[in-house]
This record gives sequence, structure tokens and C-alpha cells, in this order.
Amino acid sequence: MNGRMNAWRRLARRKGAMVGLGFVFLFVLLAVLAPWIAPHDPLATSWGAIRKAPSAAYLFGTDEIGRDVLSRVVWGARASLLAGVVSVCISLSLGVPIGMMAGYLGGWTDALISRFTDAMLACPFLILAIALAAFLGPSLTNAMIAIGISATPIFIRLTRAQVMAVKVEDYVEAARAVGNPHLRIALRHIFPNILAPVIVQATLAIAAAIIAEASLSFLGLGQQPPAPSWGSMLNTAKNYVDNAPWMAVWPGVSIFLLVLSFNLLGDGLRDALDPRHT
Amino acid sequence: MGKFLAGRLASILPTLFFVTLLIFGLQQLLPGDPAMVLAGEDQDPNVIAHLRQKMHLDQPLPLQYVHWISGVLHGDLGESLRIQKPVTELILEKLPVTAQLASMAILIALAIGVPAGVISAVKKGTAWDYAANVFALWGLSTPNFWLGILMILLFAVQLGWLPASGYISPFEDLKGNLAAMIMPAFVLGNAFAAVLMRHTRSAMLQVLSSDYVRTARAKGLSERVVILKHALRNALTPVITLGALGFGELLGGTVLTESVFSIPGFGKLIVDAVFNRDYAVVQGVVLITATTYIVLNLLADLAYFIVNPRMRG
Repeated sequence: MNGRMNAWRRLARRKGAMVGLGFVFLFVLLAVLAPWIAPHDPLATSWGAIRKAPSAAYLFGTDEIGRDVLSRVVWGARASLLAGVVSVCISLSLGVPIGMMAGYLGGWTDALISRFTDAMLACPFLILAIALAAFLGPSLTNAMIAIGISATPIFIRLTRAQVMAVKVEDYVEAARAVGNPHLRIALRHIFPNILAPVIVQATLAIAAAIIAEASLSFLGLGQQPPAPSWGSMLNTAKNYVDNAPWMAVWPGVSIFLLVLSFNLLGDGLRDALDPRHT
Repeated sequence: MGKFLAGRLASILPTLFFVTLLIFGLQQLLPGDPAMVLAGEDQDPNVIAHLRQKMHLDQPLPLQYVHWISGVLHGDLGESLRIQKPVTELILEKLPVTAQLASMAILIALAIGVPAGVISAVKKGTAWDYAANVFALWGLSTPNFWLGILMILLFAVQLGWLPASGYISPFEDLKGNLAAMIMPAFVLGNAFAAVLMRHTRSAMLQVLSSDYVRTARAKGLSERVVILKHALRNALTPVITLGALGFGELLGGTVLTESVFSIPGFGKLIVDAVFNRDYAVVQGVVLITATTYIVLNLLADLAYFIVNPRMRG
């Protein structure tokens, strides 16, 4: 408990991390309160308000079929945050147990898992996610699965390395000497001690997953129209960049701010949870 | 050298084997009968039967893999069902375009990332260091397709300096080619520059506090010689390896960059293939990309071996 309080104090001293945390909190609020905050229906078209520049009625302007850009940006926060968090949960739920198996059991299990992890890491993250999303079919759910699977090898490799370092510690040897079963040793004695780097990586992976979801949606493989998503909004906006640039500005600013916030928070967490790094 | 090379080659063979398993396995993700999905909407029973036979789908899975991999080993990545051309031929057509884009992006990334990392480490704790770190965070947090759109807005629409999109072969018009490629190359190199900056900074900080740099300073060498000759040369060795790892992200980025700037390269090929449900092309592109990545990492390891005398000893 004391360790956690110390880590929190170290995190709280880092201005960048606190700004990041503040923005993440703000985006979560936007996503949760979207039905009450958004000034217009994000799907409602208005043929009388096609590509209107920002004004008092439409603060961020309107898109090519008269939808309010601000309302779509606010609702788009849901898709981005959902994709970021769910994808990383998929990566964690696959990567951590597999990495623990590889690190703890060693031998052939480790060799097999490590070679497969190397193979997955050899396929560039986004290209693998595009290929998976292509074969699974275009939808937000499949994009999240594709991103989650593509990010899994990073967690396998990280967990494996941490387990290999921790399993030779005296307290693990002691737990083994008193006859604890393997599963109990792994869950009670090893797992809590590898959590810090996994949490840091998960925070940074959320940032990568948000960019990946926006990229897949930009290519038409993520959130399907007319549902709002920052990536698909930018895909449409690129066709109107000469006469409606506001369509491209706000979804991009939102992705940038949210990703930057998670990166700042991740960097701060790394410094707070792993003082050796600083 | 020979022993090191043999060891490294032996270690990439199992990885390549698993890469082929992974890419072959993608086909199993198709919902339902792959022959029906691949045949498209008309689903003529004759076409389906022909596809099933041609792709050996009527045989057990391990045999299907053996047929596929023996084709791959003979340079046959299958045939594009939409364009009716061998996948290998399609990839070879597009490869030079992406290779030019990636090479220009790497040059831009090196020109920005390495000096920024050196300045940041040498001027640690100053406004220069702060600015370089802000640049790195900007590079890592900006989606390159958004940066591409913003650059089109500024340099093509507002200023009219560069073409908004399209591609001209350098053999037809070199100046036109460079004008069309400079924006996409910058967009693609931006994030890679940030990665290189961070690696260079951390490697330089480590090297600058080492004994031999202190000795070089004590000998009375100028700061410029100490930094460029003694520190940077040694700091660059880990940057080579880490930079090669970041190259995968760069290859992924080509998909989006080529899509924004309508460049008919490798990335555009995979996106078009995805929408045409041309799965053999998707598999081919992933296989070639992964193999390129593995080979580049091998070359980076060799470069590391050559520039680091301790590894040769």
C-alpha cells in the first residue's frame, strides 16, 4: 500500500503526466456525457447546412451532408476510447497469460511461443491489423479484435522477460520450497511483481490502439458510416480539404490530444513505477 | 563474422516458418467456405468448384499449407482474382514506388531525428532539450494521415507550392517526381524522426557520461570533436538496431500515406486488395513486408557487428 502511495506521489509530481491524466479524464467525460453535451444529433443531416463554416449555430462547422462536426467529434470520442481500451484488454488477456507460461515454464513451451511472437512482431503492427480486419470483415468490433491481436506479441515478450527476471528471486524460491503449486506461485508471487511495467506498456498501447483504430476507420475498415468516428470523419474530410478545411481540423486535433494525453500519462507512469528508468 | 552470420541466419528460419504459418492461417479467418467468399457475389457453382480445386481447398489443411508454401518458395504468391495477374508481378510493379517513398522518409527522419537527439542530450535540461522532447511527443502522437491532410491544405491548397496528390515516375520527370514525393516522405518520416530522436538522446546521454568521453575532454579535445567523433559514433550503434525495429512502423505508415496522397505503391495495393476482397494479394503483401522487415533487422545486426569492435572480439 505504501509502495502504491509512493508511486502516486511520484506520478503527481510530474506535470506532463498530470496534464495527460486531466485530458484523458476530460475525454472520458465527453464520451460518457455525449448524449447531453452534443448540441445536435450526430447523424441528423441538413441539406440547408451543407459544409457550413464554423459559426454560433455550428461551432465546428458542418460536413458534406450538413451534420454538425462538433456533435460528431463528441460522439466520436466513444469509438476511439472504446477501441483503445477494449483492444488493450484483448492484448492483455492474451499476452499476459501466454507470456507468463513462456517465462515460467521455459523449455519447448517458451521456444515455441517465442518463435510465434517473433513471427507476429515481424509483421508491422498496422499491416497485420489491416490484414486481420480485412479477413474478419469491416466493423468496429472486428477492428478492435484485429488491433488487440496485433498488439498481443508486445505483451507476451514483456511479460515473459519480467517473469524470467522475477522467478529466480529468493521469495519465489521460498514459495516453491514450501511446496506451493505452480499456479499459486505464478498468480500470488510472480504476477503482482510484474504488474508495473505491464501497466506502463498498457497505457502506451492505448495510445497506439487509438491511432490504429483511427487509421483503420480512415481506410474504411473500422467504425462504419454513418456512425461517428474520428478516423472516418478524416477520410471524408480529405475530399473537401480545399473548400471545407474545418472538417479535417477538429477530428485530427481530437486524435492528437487524446493520443498525446495517453503518451504523457504512460511516460509519467514509467518514471513513477520504474524509478530505475529515470 | 561467418559464424555470427550463420547463427543469425539459423535463428531467422524458424521465424520465417512461423510467419508463413501465420499468413496462411489468415485465410482460415474468412467466415464460411473460403471458395464461396473468394468467388464473390455471383457465386457461380462452376467458379466455386474451380477455385476449390485450384486452391486445394478440398484437401486437409496441412496439405493446403504444403501446396501454398511450395508455391511461395518458387516465387508464386498466387493470383489476384480481381486483376487476373500473378501477385508477385503486382508487388514487383508497386515495390519501386514504395521503396522510393520509404527511402526518402528515412533520409528525412535521419536528418531531423539524429541531430535533434544529439542537441537534446548535449543541451540537457535547456530549452533546446525541451523543444526536442516536444517535437518527439508531437511526432509520436500525430496520426500521419491527418498530418498529410494538413500539409495538403497548407502547401497545395493555400500556397500552391506542391501538388496535392498523384505520382510521376522519376524516369519521366525527376523534378515533378520529387515535388510529388516530398510531402508524403516528410509525413511518413515525421514519426520515425521522433523515434530516432528518442533513441539518439538516450544513447548519447549514456555515452556522454562514460569514462572515454571524460578522457577525451581531459586530453583537451574540442567539444565538437568529443561529441561528433567520440560520443556520436558510439551512440549510433544501438540507434542502428533500434532504428531497424522502428522501420516496421514506417512500412505500416506507407499504407496510410499512399492512401492520402494517392500514390500507387505497396500500401495502396493492400488497401485496394482489401476492398476488392483480393485475399491472395493481402497475404502476398503481408508476407513480403514481414520478410523485408526480418531481412532489414538481420542487416542492422550485421551493421552493429561491423561497427562494434567488441562484438568481433
